[in-house]
Amino acid sequence: MARIIVVTSGKGGVGKTTTSAAIAMGLAKRGHKTAVIDFDVGLRNLDLIMGCERRVVYDFINVINGEASLNQALIRDKHCDQLYILPASQTRDKDALTQEGVGKVLEELSKDFQYVVCDSPAGIERGAHLAMYFADDAFVVTNPEVSSVRDSDRMLGLLSSKSRRAERNEEPIKEYLLLSRYAPDRVKLGDMLSVDDVQDILSLHLLGVIPESKSVLTASNSGVPVILDDKSDAGQAYADIVARYLGEDKPHRFIDEKKGLLAKLFGGK
Amino acid sequence: MPTDAQNTPHNAPALEFKSSTFSVPVLVLSSDDFVIIEQQLQKKTQLAPDFFKNSPVVFDVQWLNKQNLALDIKTLAAIIRKAGLLPIGIRGGNDAQNKHALELGIPVYSVHNSLAAEPKKAEAAPQKTAESPVVPATKVETTLITHPVRSGQRLYAEGDLIILAQVSAGAEILAEGNIHVYGSLRGRALAGVQGNTGARIFCSQLAAELISIAGIYKISEDMRDVVRDKPVQIYLQEHALIIKEIT
Repeated sequence: MARIIVVTSGKGGVGKTTTSAAIAMGLAKRGHKTAVIDFDVGLRNLDLIMGCERRVVYDFINVINGEASLNQALIRDKHCDQLYILPASQTRDKDALTQEGVGKVLEELSKDFQYVVCDSPAGIERGAHLAMYFADDAFVVTNPEVSSVRDSDRMLGLLSSKSRRAERNEEPIKEYLLLSRYAPDRVKLGDMLSVDDVQDILSLHLLGVIPESKSVLTASNSGVPVILDDKSDAGQAYADIVARYLGEDKPHRFIDEKKGLLAKLFGGK
Repeated sequence: MPTDAQNTPHNAPALEFKSSTFSVPVLVLSSDDFVIIEQQLQKKTQLAPDFFKNSPVVFDVQWLNKQNLALDIKTLAAIIRKAGLLPIGIRGGNDAQNKHALELGIPVYSVHNSLAAEPKKAEAAPQKTAESPVVPATKVETTLITHPVRSGQRLYAEGDLIILAQVSAGAEILAEGNIHVYGSLRGRALAGVQGNTGARIFCSQLAAELISIAGIYKISEDMRDVVRDKPVQIYLQEHALIIKEIT
């Protein structure tokens, strides 16, 4: 049985798709057979971030409607043969998603995959609801600013009340906090909420902090998940997150301000 | 609050009157058959003998009187005593019943207060007649929540509501009784929503958007800074919301 992970946030533009791509790649790189599904029907992006936009033939909706088999629609990643992408349809809208259809696809994927990552659209409507409905784990991506934190809080409420696990009275979805676009220097100036502020409001287990990084934009534009850029801080942050998720004990990084070159040379400790 | 204590230098007050609110079970009657009342009362009390033993009880005959079924108060009081309960009041009685009650030393309570406090229960009681004619109206129902109440969630408790986690901004918690939040209260908390002015709100960190007791409310902006983020209790005193730090 696969573990179904939903990457969600409520708010848009916080880095859900970047995170989905990075996490899925990270899990696959470690040898776990992983599928990543784009639930953002009508605003397809995951294929771009994963660099497979030119190989899309069938999509998620085709599979739900029985117009294509799952194997026909799944795209094998070029960087890692353990990773498969199920793209969203660009020509349809979220109403094309049905609970029954999504459930069937996830059930079928669960048979041969170890992890299924669901990239949720923004909002709390149908697409986001169905992305999280069947989840076992939730990665809540939050930016260190008040509106993103509130939307995440709302999403957490839905995770605990509107999911299949909640409806069946099963063990609740495991929720993890991923704080993205974090800039310690701006926190220090008081422009940005700190890790502690966010944890105080959300009281949620912190899986990792992803620093604001130019490498994310570069990675997105070139269609290579940022986790593959192991020189970049964001790439390393995602690698840490995957390791922690799999149970490794890694100290948190990127929370404090980077030392400048001079401080590094002369500052010592 | 002292109402008639007289402080004279030579004569220190030996007593004073204070106002207190008690929670007392109310026995709402919906049958005039003493045999059935006695049987069902015995059955109910045997469910929790320790709880009911010598428990004070107010009996409510309002619904029966509306159906022109006037009970004999002396017989009723005897049945209640026999079940191990101590009748301390009558509600909704007619003139004759009230007179009989007073003769037995049982005070008469006005039905108007109770109506304002519990309109829902007064309506609900007659419908339940078929299966359970004897319903204690103030049954102590406590809802316990152990997980955080998130933004956008709404909780309603018919009795008291106890939350062992935080209540986020944008969440709304409502209770007909008291509200306890053992965490920070950032959302909206409304206690005594059916008009119970004795209800209180307790929280270990006050950062609420709105607090209300029996419809009297205060928004965040109107709360004094000295109580913000403090452990407080909130109650009504002469139609005013009092926020008091718990020290």
